[in-house]
Amino acid sequence: MEQAIEIPIDTGSTAWMLAATALVLFMTPGLAFFYGGLVRGKNVVSTVMYSFIAMAVVSIVWVLWGYALAFGPTGVFIGSLGWSGVGWPGYLGFHGVGAEALSEDIRIPHALFAIFQMMFAIITPALITGAFAERFKFKTYLIFLVLWITFVYAPIAHWVWAADGWLFGLGALDFAGGTVVHINAGVAAIVAAWLVGRRRNVDRGVEPHNVPFVILGAAILWFGWFGFNAGSGLLANGQAVNAFLVTNTAAATAALTWMLLAYWKTGKMSAVGTASGAVAGLVAITPASGFVGPMGALAIGFGAGALCYGAVLLRTRFGVDDALEVFAVHGIGGIWGALATGIFAVAVIGGTAGAVESRPGQMVTQLIAVGSTFGYSFVVTFIILKVLDVIPGLGLRAPDPDEDTGLDVALHGERAYVRDGAD
Amino acid sequence: MIKIEAIFRPERINQVTAALEEVGCRGFHFQNVTGQGQQRGIEVFTGRGGQTSTRSSLPKTLLVTVVPDGMKETVIEAVIGAARSGEEGAIGDGKIFISPISEAIRVRTGDRGEAAI
Repeated sequence: MEQAIEIPIDTGSTAWMLAATALVLFMTPGLAFFYGGLVRGKNVVSTVMYSFIAMAVVSIVWVLWGYALAFGPTGVFIGSLGWSGVGWPGYLGFHGVGAEALSEDIRIPHALFAIFQMMFAIITPALITGAFAERFKFKTYLIFLVLWITFVYAPIAHWVWAADGWLFGLGALDFAGGTVVHINAGVAAIVAAWLVGRRRNVDRGVEPHNVPFVILGAAILWFGWFGFNAGSGLLANGQAVNAFLVTNTAAATAALTWMLLAYWKTGKMSAVGTASGAVAGLVAITPASGFVGPMGALAIGFGAGALCYGAVLLRTRFGVDDALEVFAVHGIGGIWGALATGIFAVAVIGGTAGAVESRPGQMVTQLIAVGSTFGYSFVVTFIILKVLDVIPGLGLRAPDPDEDTGLDVALHGERAYVRDGAD
Repeated sequence: MIKIEAIFRPERINQVTAALEEVGCRGFHFQNVTGQGQQRGIEVFTGRGGQTSTRSSLPKTLLVTVVPDGMKETVIEAVIGAARSGEEGAIGDGKIFISPISEAIRVRTGDRGEAAI
């Protein structure tokens, strides 16, 4: 605590990061509407709750041990579960995480950084829920949230973002969470969709039940993403402004690309497709936002729109029922973004040059980050879900009659739309 | 007494009810329904702008009224006049179904038969 008196707090950056933190939290209810609009009317409450309850469960896990595991000192693979100030260093229960400056360069309170990171931990498992929407047991999901944050999210966050993490040490570029959030969630999503199995009665496709919800959700995500990306430098400075600009540019380009591809293929300009394109662009620019300029953002957005659209078309040929295309958008978009960061990084913006500035070696580092995140998330998510599946009284999948009735009435006792409410 | 059920394009509802009022048919109810006929269903996106699928859920309005036997042709002509597209009509303009009604009762007074409608 003596340090806190020595390093004065940067009030400008602190003010911005408070706002950015709230912006990132707001993405999760945005996601709830994005996903809620895409499902059938009988599963809206259930789908929205998957996201909303993550705000409650993950917040508590993060305060108790999540932050300690992800950002505690001493370890290349995982943070320490120690209690700071009593010999074994660590941040269990936010102990020692207070008002003191994070470092000499980043003079925002340590606790603010920890809360900012909490919001990332909240939205990441919420992203996964799109894969198993309309059939996953809510009770099991609550336990999945706790286990997944502990065993998958916290370690990968440590690798990439903690000062002693091994991917951080390697020089892998991930400004705002392309690996930790998006590839991680996308891979976990495809594993979950595979293990929980196909939904019943979807062979003729599912028509999104509320397109304005989808657009509203995508718009809230777009808005919140400014906190996600422009906050990830932790300072109110030029790099944050650049991140803001490239985030917006990539989202715009990908939305337009996706819409035109839909028009080219079907003759109509799908609104749901346009919203999906915007999200794909936001995903892809996430790791790059502190390193590329607006021209790089155009290229990244175009690539995200085209690749993720193609991935959605391809996905339907496989049997895996990733209901809301989480892997196609977050997995493929995240991988493209991570690699594109290695291509389009410009030294003058983020201090690291990519392939466009004749430094192709960065691509190798990016590939290692992608591969290790992919592999670890795949294996550990698989183990967690397999264990939950065999525990008596849990299991992954809601019973068939509940799925047919709709999870809203069957599991929550509520309907999204009460049409006979004459009372 | 007869029951007349008319299915027609939703955008025609105001013309149809005005025409019914004009010929003295002042009691009816209607609802928005979906289904398909010769016009077939509608094509909608089921993927994210990639796949489309045809659904049997073309929107129509179903109007129901019960009238004395003598008003049958007047009401039919009123509905046709208001619901047909142009002079020639078009596929999707709708259908009219007629069926007998055995009894009608007014809740307030207990009146029966044509006095109740």
